[in-house]
Amino acid sequence: MSQINEQRTTSDEQRYLKLSGLEPLMVTPESNFINVGERTNVAGSKKFLRLIKEENFEEALEIARHQVEGGAQIIDINMDDGLIDGKEAMVKFLNLVIAEPDIARVPIMIDSSKWEIIEAGLQVVQGKCVVNSISLKEGEEQFIQQAKLIKRYGAAVIVMAFDEVGQADNYERRLEISQRSYDILVDKVGFPAEDIIFDLNVFPVATGMEEHKRNALDFIEATQWVKENLPHCSVSGGISNVSFSFRGNNPVREAMHSVFLYHAIQAGMNMGIVNPAMLEVYDDIPRNLLEHVEDVILNRRDDATERLLDIAESVVGKAKESKVDLSWREEPIQNRITRALVKGIDQYIVEDIEEARLSVDKPIEVIEGHLMTGMNVVGDLFGNGKMFLPQVVKSARVMKKAVAYLLPFIEEEKLKNPQANDARGAGKILMATVKGDVHDIGKNIVSVVLACNNYEIVDLGVMVPPEKIINKAKEEKVDIIGLSGLITPSLDEMVFLAKEMERQNFRVPLLIGGATTSKAHTAVKIDPQYQNAVVHVNDASRAVTVVGDLLKKESSIGYKKSIKLDYETFRDKFLKRSRQKEYRSIEAARDNKFQISWKTSEIIKPESLGIQVIEDLELQKLEEFIDWTPFFRSWELHGKYPQILNDTIVGSQATELFEDARTMLKKIIGEKQLRAKAVFGLFPANSIDDDIEVDGLSNMERNVTLSAVEGKMEEKYIFRTLRQQLKKRDGVPNFALADFIAPKTTGIQDYLGCFCVSTGFGTAELASEYEKNHDDYNSIMIKALADRLAEAFAEYLHKQIRTGHWGYDSSENLSNEELIKESYKGIRPAPGYPACPDHLEKVTIWELLGVKENIGVELTEGLAMWPAASVSGYYFANPEARYFGLGKIKEDQVQDYAKRKGIPLEEAKKWLAPNLVDN
Amino acid sequence: MKDINQILQERVLILDGAMGTMLQRHKFTEEDFRGERFKEWPHPLQGNNDLLSLTQPEAIATIHAKFFEAGADIIETNTFSSTTIAMADYHMEDLVYELNCESAKIAKKVADEFTARNPEKPRFVAGSIGPTNKTASMSPDVNDPGFRAVSFDELRIAYKLQVEALLDGGADLLLVETIFDTLNAKAALFAIEEVKEERDLDVPIMVSGTITDASGRTLSGQTAEAFLISISHIPVLSVGFNCALGANQLVPHLEVLSAKTERAVSAHPNAGLPNAFGEYDETPEQMASQIKEYLDKGLVNIVGGCCGTTPEHIKAMSDLAKEYKPRELVVLVNRY
Repeated sequence: MSQINEQRTTSDEQRYLKLSGLEPLMVTPESNFINVGERTNVAGSKKFLRLIKEENFEEALEIARHQVEGGAQIIDINMDDGLIDGKEAMVKFLNLVIAEPDIARVPIMIDSSKWEIIEAGLQVVQGKCVVNSISLKEGEEQFIQQAKLIKRYGAAVIVMAFDEVGQADNYERRLEISQRSYDILVDKVGFPAEDIIFDLNVFPVATGMEEHKRNALDFIEATQWVKENLPHCSVSGGISNVSFSFRGNNPVREAMHSVFLYHAIQAGMNMGIVNPAMLEVYDDIPRNLLEHVEDVILNRRDDATERLLDIAESVVGKAKESKVDLSWREEPIQNRITRALVKGIDQYIVEDIEEARLSVDKPIEVIEGHLMTGMNVVGDLFGNGKMFLPQVVKSARVMKKAVAYLLPFIEEEKLKNPQANDARGAGKILMATVKGDVHDIGKNIVSVVLACNNYEIVDLGVMVPPEKIINKAKEEKVDIIGLSGLITPSLDEMVFLAKEMERQNFRVPLLIGGATTSKAHTAVKIDPQYQNAVVHVNDASRAVTVVGDLLKKESSIGYKKSIKLDYETFRDKFLKRSRQKEYRSIEAARDNKFQISWKTSEIIKPESLGIQVIEDLELQKLEEFIDWTPFFRSWELHGKYPQILNDTIVGSQATELFEDARTMLKKIIGEKQLRAKAVFGLFPANSIDDDIEVDGLSNMERNVTLSAVEGKMEEKYIFRTLRQQLKKRDGVPNFALADFIAPKTTGIQDYLGCFCVSTGFGTAELASEYEKNHDDYNSIMIKALADRLAEAFAEYLHKQIRTGHWGYDSSENLSNEELIKESYKGIRPAPGYPACPDHLEKVTIWELLGVKENIGVELTEGLAMWPAASVSGYYFANPEARYFGLGKIKEDQVQDYAKRKGIPLEEAKKWLAPNLVDN
Repeated sequence: MKDINQILQERVLILDGAMGTMLQRHKFTEEDFRGERFKEWPHPLQGNNDLLSLTQPEAIATIHAKFFEAGADIIETNTFSSTTIAMADYHMEDLVYELNCESAKIAKKVADEFTARNPEKPRFVAGSIGPTNKTASMSPDVNDPGFRAVSFDELRIAYKLQVEALLDGGADLLLVETIFDTLNAKAALFAIEEVKEERDLDVPIMVSGTITDASGRTLSGQTAEAFLISISHIPVLSVGFNCALGANQLVPHLEVLSAKTERAVSAHPNAGLPNAFGEYDETPEQMASQIKEYLDKGLVNIVGGCCGTTPEHIKAMSDLAKEYKPRELVVLVNRY
């Protein structure tokens, strides 16, 4: 066959990227830029993520269909999310996509950072796909292995410009990595060059940083170099990155995208992810702006950024002026009140309410008339997705202010007319965060939104014991009970409460919400305990409709029936599904542990052993470590920061929220409103099977005064880690954290770190201060920010550990984005999270570090940390240590665990319940 | 023996006709299918044509010989359904290795005899690899479109066993045929690549899809071109279509392949469409006149027959093909 092969290789100019779904897609030099749709990416679409989490695959398919109808030539599918079984979701969704000819006609881009998910995807698609992505990040061996398989499955591949050293961020590194990747692929793997697509990393420009000035130009020049020197390959990238520094200024961003794309396409970039709504027509860019933008993109002058900033302000300035348009003040009173509510403007509300009050007979009529009319508009807009949560909370602030102003007049009226009935709202709802749990941001948001909809809220706060919930519900004759919780033990509390409500013959519906709750847990564990309605509600916008359906006479009976039935069906399906998985016995799982070759493994002795305390860290230091994405999520704005600021749907809301957050953050930092404290320790440690034995060092070495750890003289502390038991394919180990620490039997001394950080001191006071002023918006904001600062502190401290106190990676130089992506060496798992879902180990951390004594952070009955804005966990330094999810475990491990820990089996079961297979 | 690639440049190669049609003429009974060896087999075996390689090997060898006599250059082993997946119907999964190996041996023996007789016309054995009776990218249940009756890995493992046995028995080529679901074929090709790597050998592969209806798509929905792209990662000897349609309906699809591929193009259609009794009644002359269109247009390098084609059909094609040059294998424009 050699002859024909030789002839084929002569036909170089015909070697184009060709892909297929049910129909072919050819990427020739004459093709226009290939547009990749990314709405079927859980990281790119909030809606898609939600639908996949709810297993609402039918509606998720509609997103895919819509994209293809909208002109996407390839659809990118990504299921990488901590709460999704990515492999299962990928396979299921792809199988359904394949069954829809009008979607499956285009090629599919299988997008994951996990090889296992990519391979599972490749196994269910008949057409020629694109794999997104592989790179030299983990070394040549893995790269070759994956490329070989991709070739054998018949797919093209996106290669990230990333290698063992890091991500390519300048011209030379892009060339170096792409040349090396290309050579390996073409020469060693025999990968067809036309099936290689390089993602050369689009980075922002005009950031004000000298080293970012050439970011766009380096990309463009590297693209040109790649196209000229690496024959037949394609170049791709995500465009919007380039303009991050101008978030909030869409006209400038759109111009930047167009200019960047114009030059990148000329240089040879031929596919990528572009949001068409964020693109200005190149020829329509005003000449002056065009020139300034090109100066920046092409780095044509030293002061390019400053000059663009100058005219950028003038572009935005125009828009701002129109905002201060006060003509609405001339409108009739109802319009003014409605507008104030919808826009969340509290500046004029008191004078408007006063005017309204004077125009009616009784002050209550202002609430029932003017204000409710306005709030109905807010409710409708929110229900239709035209307003977002932060706006609604601002509306509530205006509403509360108005009501507070009216209250004295209403009281006075009551005195005059004692017979008049109390104004009874739409219904009374009890809200509580359950016993042992302290997290209440979500609960407060739901409360506020419900209050806006005229429901009366009885908020019992956090750590509420079940008796109190039951008694208060009876006493207040509430119509609904809402329970919230964030940590896993709270799930059991909710089950207990449902049982208790059943025992006491309650009839009112039970709402379940909070980060660890799920429809699955609600349907499988809570719903069967209570004969009446139980509904899982995880976002505020749904809470309003659900509560409405539950309480409105017309819908109540039907809705309750249908919800009961829905949960029953869901439960049946779920139980069937979960039985399909196979598990290993704990012994077999241990035999399949993750192997580190300890003889050659690099173990570095910490620079300083023992415990250290940070009393009051300058908050300023934490700002750059903040991961903003979860902040937006806590406000139910889903999307990745900073892209979210320019999201077509929530972008302007996100930007506004972000500005408010930064204003408050500035104040917190400037006025030292919160205190950042930490305690951490680094200790000699070795593993014994699944246990990690830590040498607590003598008290002197530990730098702890005796009084602080009175009565705790023992030196050995043992962490009991849990091991994965899910049966995996050959060669994939069953992980336990203990695998990352050298076994005692090796005779090699290894080390382990523990920490607790908190930025929560002061939060509660500030929040209640805001609440006093009827300002739920800022009360929620301060808590959300404290949470972010705590996480940032954990990130900051971890870096100090890596580069200083432990010093095992002193050369590290990672950006915050890379830190968020966990690109650092070693890991920082936290009890209660996927690798170690068991909260009990926190107790050992507390004893080992003297956390309470040293910094005052306490553990509640449910083992939540108080103050809530705290983070605790372990440090593992081994370069092979990695994050993993424990998944489900079997009864045999729980028995073993109880024995090791010396606690009754029932107690172990209680704490591990969410992870038990048969549960 | 001349390399098949070289011969492909010189003339149009002839593939054999339908094994099943020829076996029907024998009117084998349940006892014949069982033979001595499977007398006590607890499940009915009539209709398990592949089993006849073990119980009626002479009949199989005779049919191969008849096709060679008619002018075939390549004959297919009697292994269309010899995978653990398809043999499950007869509970004969454990016999799969033997079925393939024996079938290949029978065919190879006949081929070697014919080559010895006329070394100028070497004869080849293509190991026949059918699609199995399950589809990897379609659900058999209309109410559950996400369900799959078979996985890629199940197919890959089944195909790997078949491929190893066919090669052990002496097959010169491998023919992945009657592909109604490209994903099944990709699993077969994946298995072949694994075997090639493990044994460090190169074996020419022929790939042949099936366009099932007038829409011009495979059963799993791909157009001819999309099908071609989906299997283009494997350096196959030839790509083509077989079965399902008669020779004339295949023309537009062969035109697509011929225009777009640098590989050889093959076609082995049915003898027309089945009549009301499920019989194929296109005569050798009628079929040859349609094959003539392929040759006139220079669309193919390999022709043969599928359901309903007999040695007479193959002879008619063979006689005709002698008068033509094969489709050029030099790259023209925009091919892959």
